[in-house]
Amino acid sequence: MLEMKHITKRFPGVVALSDISLSLNSGEVHALVGENGAGKSTLMKVLNGVYQADEGQIFIDGKTVHPRNTREAQHLGISIIFQEFSLVPYLNAYENIFLGRELLTRLGMVNYSAMREKAGSALEAMNVSLPLDKPVAELTVAEQQFVEIAKATLFKCSYLVLDEPSATLTPLEVEKLFEVIRRLQSQGVGCFYISHHLEEIYEIADTVSVLRDGQHVFTGPISSCSQDELITKMVGREVTQAFPPKRAPEAISREAVLEVKALKFEKSEMLSFQVRKGEILGVAGLVGARRTESFLALIGRDHATHKEVLLNGKPCRISSPAAALEQGIGYLPEDRKKSGLFLQFSIRSNIVISNFDKLKGMFGFVSNKKESDLSAYYVDRMRIRTTTDRKMISELSGGNQQKAIIARWLATRCQVLIFDEPTRGIDVGAKAEIYLMLQELADEGLGIVVISSDLPEVVGIADRILVMRYGSIRAELSGKDIDSEKIMYYAAGGE
Amino acid sequence: MSNPNELTHEARASGSAREEPSAHPFREMLKTVVARPEFVSFLALILLTLFTAYYVDFSHDGPGRFLTLDNLTNITRQVAVTSILAVGMTFVILTGGIDLSVGAVVALTSTLMAGAIIGGAPFWGACGIALLVGIACGAFSGFFVARFSLPAIIVTLAMMEMARGLGLLYSGGNPLPISFEFGFLARNFTVNGFPVPIPTLIMLAMFLIGYVILNRLPIGRYIYAVGGNEEAAILSGIRTRHIKMFVYVVSGFMAAVAGIIQTARVTSGQPNSAIGFELDAIAAVVLGGTSIAGGRGHIVGTLIGALLLGVLNNALNMLEISPYTQRVVKGVVILIAVLIGVLRKKK
Repeated sequence: MLEMKHITKRFPGVVALSDISLSLNSGEVHALVGENGAGKSTLMKVLNGVYQADEGQIFIDGKTVHPRNTREAQHLGISIIFQEFSLVPYLNAYENIFLGRELLTRLGMVNYSAMREKAGSALEAMNVSLPLDKPVAELTVAEQQFVEIAKATLFKCSYLVLDEPSATLTPLEVEKLFEVIRRLQSQGVGCFYISHHLEEIYEIADTVSVLRDGQHVFTGPISSCSQDELITKMVGREVTQAFPPKRAPEAISREAVLEVKALKFEKSEMLSFQVRKGEILGVAGLVGARRTESFLALIGRDHATHKEVLLNGKPCRISSPAAALEQGIGYLPEDRKKSGLFLQFSIRSNIVISNFDKLKGMFGFVSNKKESDLSAYYVDRMRIRTTTDRKMISELSGGNQQKAIIARWLATRCQVLIFDEPTRGIDVGAKAEIYLMLQELADEGLGIVVISSDLPEVVGIADRILVMRYGSIRAELSGKDIDSEKIMYYAAGGE
Repeated sequence: MSNPNELTHEARASGSAREEPSAHPFREMLKTVVARPEFVSFLALILLTLFTAYYVDFSHDGPGRFLTLDNLTNITRQVAVTSILAVGMTFVILTGGIDLSVGAVVALTSTLMAGAIIGGAPFWGACGIALLVGIACGAFSGFFVARFSLPAIIVTLAMMEMARGLGLLYSGGNPLPISFEFGFLARNFTVNGFPVPIPTLIMLAMFLIGYVILNRLPIGRYIYAVGGNEEAAILSGIRTRHIKMFVYVVSGFMAAVAGIIQTARVTSGQPNSAIGFELDAIAAVVLGGTSIAGGRGHIVGTLIGALLLGVLNNALNMLEISPYTQRVVKGVVILIAVLIGVLRKKK
């Protein structure tokens, strides 16, 4: 039996896990559910040795263990398969399975035939057949997952964690996955199954635990709790953020500033929706709903197979983010560090980078005066807390960095602004300021889109909400229909 | 991509210097200067100059040879060709790319220019041909890097082979001598009896152009942005492909300018000249503190780096150190300078 007792994990400024106790029996499938950011993955990373718990202990069959890294966890019999696989794409299945612990011949050479044979029999034991000699990049996602599982079983894994295994699988592949899990189960392997898709949980799990905001809310047999009760437990948090009061639905114009008649990309169905003048449109969904992908396809960052867009009633072609910006559609990326900030630039340069067309002085040179005026105006308007805008942006807190990026897009004078996770990882105070800013922008008549995984946030600020799942829009909620449980219901696959 | 943590770190280090109370503006300025990555090379340049002056000039009787106006202007003449290449190379490296073709493009443009003059073209017309060919070579590399995201090192390696081959084909592998009078671009321009090498003037002009583009025009900021965070640049509405194309065109143009000077220096077009010049240019950029991962650096640093290499070369000659040893020393200097730069950044 695997037990975690009183696990607490703090990160600077937040308690990610607070006094969590869970156990996993051999041969049990234990589902772990909760909203995005509830602490499921963090907990598994503690189990896996990626993070060290600040308090609490892990026991295996009554003995305390302290895995300090993935390798040690594996030696203890704990294997985790994350959403992003850790396979080397150019190596084939058995090379991946034995990566780092290759079987050798007596001469110290890699013994390919033995590796191939053993990998083959491990996969056979799972009742899976897949091409062993192809690079794994050419396998399907499901097959890659089976390679990962085979890798774990060959490590004598007795506790397996599957983090969102079904997010990118087809229903048929999910069936096959369940078959494999049941087989492992019968061999005595205990399994933590993390998923957003509740109907799957009812099919595969024996026990279910709910985490919410790093707290352990519930554990019980799956049969003891209906899907609706589970949803209530997942989202039933008090709304602590201060949201500006919403406007009456009648006060918002019905006029669309952006009308997406048809949008389709590789992994989506045909999408169509409107962004209206002066409204905040929320886009909700779970991991794998392809919300970000949809908007990246819309602005021309990613390839769309079909795109028909009207801007102010006129057809427009958006071939690249630069073209989108020229026509007044701005997209603020979800990952601030990776695709928003220029960390080696000052605050000022970060703000003005998209706005040089307004800063031209003599001979097309950048006018220092105009540059500093523009930057000063937005530093003030966004209430960015800094002594000077010549400071490196990397010195600011996350919230102030986010405000600076918002300033960059405000300065472009776009008519439609798409905010992808605008408040991820920032403190409550800055959040409140950003909500107020979003409301002000909508009041000025802009069309605002907010993609957010934070349910209370979308519920708190959006005038209208699109709920997405697997690359399609499942529901449109507005006015009184907007509430967390409804969103969760549609996001998790309810019809 | 460079490691974002590393960026944060360095930015913090240089930024914290600025946060001190500004009671002593001079001390503040000094701190900022010392924190700059090219400061290491600058210091090395000063120390090397003093050291050489001591050993060559002051420890012997008679007139000095190193610290003379003549010798110092001569050094700038010697570094002119590679420095001009380094200007273009700075543009390319700032975007995170590299251009290995510039040496070969110098040889190609030089050969074609000499050929044009022999064929009866006027001198300035021949220069124009050289510049067009240089720009075309840069555009060719830029196209494949920008449009197909091919690795710059491969594309420009291919360009290098092609340019070298075309030069050899055109000239049949032989130098194409031109009349001595066409060498005036490599000679001195006398101001009040004070001789200034024309290559030095052209070099300074190229640095000035580079400085203005990188620091005063929007496209300069875009170049830094592309090298610093390409995804953020794309989403910020920067046409990153155009920017990448542009830097290779600048590099090709600078190679052609260098080719024109090279032709004047040897009054011939030599298809086998300028071998390895691209590496000296890269060395100058790197010694100047520009990050090879892109996004950070300064063109003034490149000038310092180029001068350091020039002074080193000249000093080692005067100290009568064998050319074989010189190369070892050059390698050690590059390694140590960059190592110190990285260690300072980590602090």
